[in-house]
Amino acid sequence: MIEVRGLSKSYGDYQAVADISFSAGKGEIVGFLGPNGAGKTTTIRMLATYLPPSAGSATVAGFDVVTQADEVRKRIGYLPENPPLYGEMKVVEYLKFIAEIKGVARSRIAARVDEVMEQCFVADVRNKLCNHLSRGYRQRVGLAQAIMNDPEVIILDEPTSGLDPKQIIEIRKLIKSLGERHTVLLSTHILPEVSMVCDKVVIVNRGRVVVEGPLSQISRDKSLEQVFLESVSQDGSLVAAA
Amino acid sequence: MRTIWAICKRELLAFFVSPIAYFVITGFTLLVGFFFFNHLSYFAQLVEMSAMISLRGRDLPNLNQTVIEGVYQTMVVILVFLIPLLTMRTIAEEKKKGTFELLITSPVSVSQIVLGKFLSLAIVLIVMLSVNLIFPALLITYGDPEIPPIVSGFLGLVLCSLGFASIGMAVSSFTENQVVAGVVSMVTLLLIYVIQAPAESLGGTAAEVVRYLSPVDQLQDLLRGIVTLKSITYFVSLIVVGLFLSQRALEAYRWR
Repeated sequence: MIEVRGLSKSYGDYQAVADISFSAGKGEIVGFLGPNGAGKTTTIRMLATYLPPSAGSATVAGFDVVTQADEVRKRIGYLPENPPLYGEMKVVEYLKFIAEIKGVARSRIAARVDEVMEQCFVADVRNKLCNHLSRGYRQRVGLAQAIMNDPEVIILDEPTSGLDPKQIIEIRKLIKSLGERHTVLLSTHILPEVSMVCDKVVIVNRGRVVVEGPLSQISRDKSLEQVFLESVSQDGSLVAAA
Repeated sequence: MRTIWAICKRELLAFFVSPIAYFVITGFTLLVGFFFFNHLSYFAQLVEMSAMISLRGRDLPNLNQTVIEGVYQTMVVILVFLIPLLTMRTIAEEKKKGTFELLITSPVSVSQIVLGKFLSLAIVLIVMLSVNLIFPALLITYGDPEIPPIVSGFLGLVLCSLGFASIGMAVSSFTENQVVAGVVSMVTLLLIYVIQAPAESLGGTAAEVVRYLSPVDQLQDLLRGIVTLKSITYFVSLIVVGLFLSQRALEAYRWR
């Protein structure tokens, strides 16, 4: 579902992502881990067809993110780090708009909007303006937006940041249930989250993949935390923290 | 088409839920009302004077020329300053708030975004100008102006404001800062508005070129009731140039 081969992105001299490769199969939930500034968001933006890669290639849902970006866009749901909400719209208006631009059939829009609102626990704020939502609700409306067109691949950039513990549990449950039918790429730096929901782990540091493998295999001998700390501290920068 | 309409509807909602549209429309109408009153009292003065010196049929003050043409010409100046306030947010705001990322990664083309947004601007501007038809309507009720120049002049104003809006939107698509977008559009529109100023001193072909590029010169015929292909082409080109630049700017943003 997701195939990344040698993906790189540089801004002038600064290399944000250097030669990243990994893959995610159908129905897999992949945890995309890394310290802040490791290049997670940049990689995700390239996969979501927002940024063009400087080098390398990637296919999402079987289509190239550069040459067949339009096909990719039809098949992904993407929640950026900051939920892209229109403050002056009510939640229900916003989700209807999303359904329209994502090409949900006209006759299905109302039903589909109700469905995703139920799924993401935002039905109770349907008539609130997006501007008036709390961080947790914003995040969930953003998630509702991402799953609107029942996409094959769902890309989530830190979906549980800013949520309270109860919401985090709910969202994780939701992500887990999404993983049954969709491929989910979940960027995060919360390790227990990965242990709980992911099938596979990709750890990046300084723009490179340092660990890739099934969760069961990686955390067989040591805890995910140890693996993470060891892999990101190879260059010594995080030894102190470890 | 459906996507364009969805984007347009969302923009209209943003215009009319936030008070932007109401403030701009009210402000515009107030200003136009003020100038209408001024031109009308000037006309009344002219009538009085001509009655005193009894010109009888020769050079009688003309309601169309003095009031309608005068007010329409002033409206163009007001548009130069007000339209940037409407257009500055169109794309800059999306970039700032991150919703641009949503649009770009949705199955929506850049052209659809540009056209949807332009359509919404066009609707707001046509509503705004239509509200101001109340002034010519007053003249028609209480006086006897010629109708064709009123209609063609209105058409000219609509075309001109759409051209300005298109340029304003293009500026907005180059930045994520609304204030920068507003200031740069205002300066650009003002420059376009006064572009024919150096015509006299330039002379020759250069003078013809700057005159052709001037919306004021292009509006002249339309305000007098003469609809020419030349002026229509000019305003349509202005619109197309703005849309094209917006499209290019967003496409480039996608691939920066």
